[in-house]
Amino acid sequence: MASKRIGKQTVKIESPVSIAATAAIAGPKEGDGPLRLYFDMIIEDEMWGEKSWEKAESKIVKETFSRLLSKADKTTGEIDYVIAGDLLNQCIAANFGLRDSEIPFFGVFGACSTIAESMQLGTMLIDGGYADNVVALTSSHFCSAEKQFRFPLELGTQRPPTSQWTVTGSGAVLLTNQGSGPYITYLTTGKIVDMGIKDANNMGAAMAPAAVDTIATHFKDTGLPIDYYDLIVTGDLGLVGKTICADLLKRHGFDISDRYNDCGVMIFDCKRQDVHSGGSGCACSATVFAGFIYQEMMKGNLNRVLFVPTGALMSTTSTQQGESIPAIAHAVSVERDLSS
Amino acid sequence: MYNIMTKKEYEKYAEKIAPKSNIVRNTARAFVVGGLICVVGQIITNFLKSKGYDMDDTSNLTALIMILIGIIFTGLNVYDELGRFAGAGSIVPITGFANSIVSPAMEFKSEGFIMGVGAKMFVIAGPVLVYGISASVVIGIIYYLLNF
Repeated sequence: MASKRIGKQTVKIESPVSIAATAAIAGPKEGDGPLRLYFDMIIEDEMWGEKSWEKAESKIVKETFSRLLSKADKTTGEIDYVIAGDLLNQCIAANFGLRDSEIPFFGVFGACSTIAESMQLGTMLIDGGYADNVVALTSSHFCSAEKQFRFPLELGTQRPPTSQWTVTGSGAVLLTNQGSGPYITYLTTGKIVDMGIKDANNMGAAMAPAAVDTIATHFKDTGLPIDYYDLIVTGDLGLVGKTICADLLKRHGFDISDRYNDCGVMIFDCKRQDVHSGGSGCACSATVFAGFIYQEMMKGNLNRVLFVPTGALMSTTSTQQGESIPAIAHAVSVERDLSS
Repeated sequence: MYNIMTKKEYEKYAEKIAPKSNIVRNTARAFVVGGLICVVGQIITNFLKSKGYDMDDTSNLTALIMILIGIIFTGLNVYDELGRFAGAGSIVPITGFANSIVSPAMEFKSEGFIMGVGAKMFVIAGPVLVYGISASVVIGIIYYLLNF
């Protein structure tokens, strides 16, 4: 077995890879939510002066990227790779938002888990000695996602109580081998899990088994106790998926409920903001991590966090053809100090 | 894989956890709003009748005016809010049909007037038109044969 692998799905990052800076831009609804103070910028309207929602999303990507560089005091020349993705077909938000960046680019897709996928790949690139500085970035936009996956915005329909609200915004993370923490210490890469849920309006239930599998595998592979972490946080399971995830993990003997939360539940006040089961989208976990989690770690309120973004890997075509929803979850272990 | 359930068992389990729609509240809202839309239609009908239009002209004109109202309220970004509150109460009346054509037209304007507005306008109402018109053709043939 490769020397850095521990267990079937987990790798241990031996060389210190730290998160030098983060940046998060959020939309107006997110800017009205409980985490508003943690975003670098809140855009006033979803179009943001552009002619289409897709263009607006690309602009958010571009702006988040440049904020990240200025916060980290880096020039584009110092970044070795950007790894980015979003929900739009062929990842156009990332492709167009970063087309002028002049930095080697990997476009990735892991649906709403994309930020973990890009952070994992970026960390491996640095740990493998292929890069010094890597940017991981994702975005999503409520309007462009509705347009692609669901119905026109002005159509007068009711959303079922299990549905979730796609987060508008973008989150970016700068990974580096020169920083002084918080450090990325373990990566548990998820497998595709499909428990047969077909309802695209209940993605929390579709994704929860993937999160259960990845979290349980993480603890089995690493041998760490659950209370090693101050916070275990899934990406966008929402209220329904969060309940399922906590319950199933308990049945497997992993009772995480006293230190468990979900970015989709944290980013909105679900009742007041009428988002039903909570937030979703690539930007959901990305902005909550880049905003709330990172800042709380820097303040010392969180020391060790297991960040587990989740993704539903379906398309409109697969849904129309009656396919169930395969899901994935990747875990990234982030620690303020290196213990050993 | 960490799994203790079959797909069937999981489906049942997930269904139990998922919150249910409030059917009583939703039905009441649909009844009231749907009823109010019909009252507006009736007022227009009575008004047109009082102006001396015959029954055929009155019902055609009423439908046209209701469609216009649906279009205007969609354009003003109000009809989706109404639909979120009323559900079927604002989907079923003819104003809802207008909304289902105008909303994709607005949505896909960014892809241009041919491949955007033109091609996508009937993306929701299309199936209703296809099967509605097909059904009426079949019924028409039966009607013709019965009277032959």
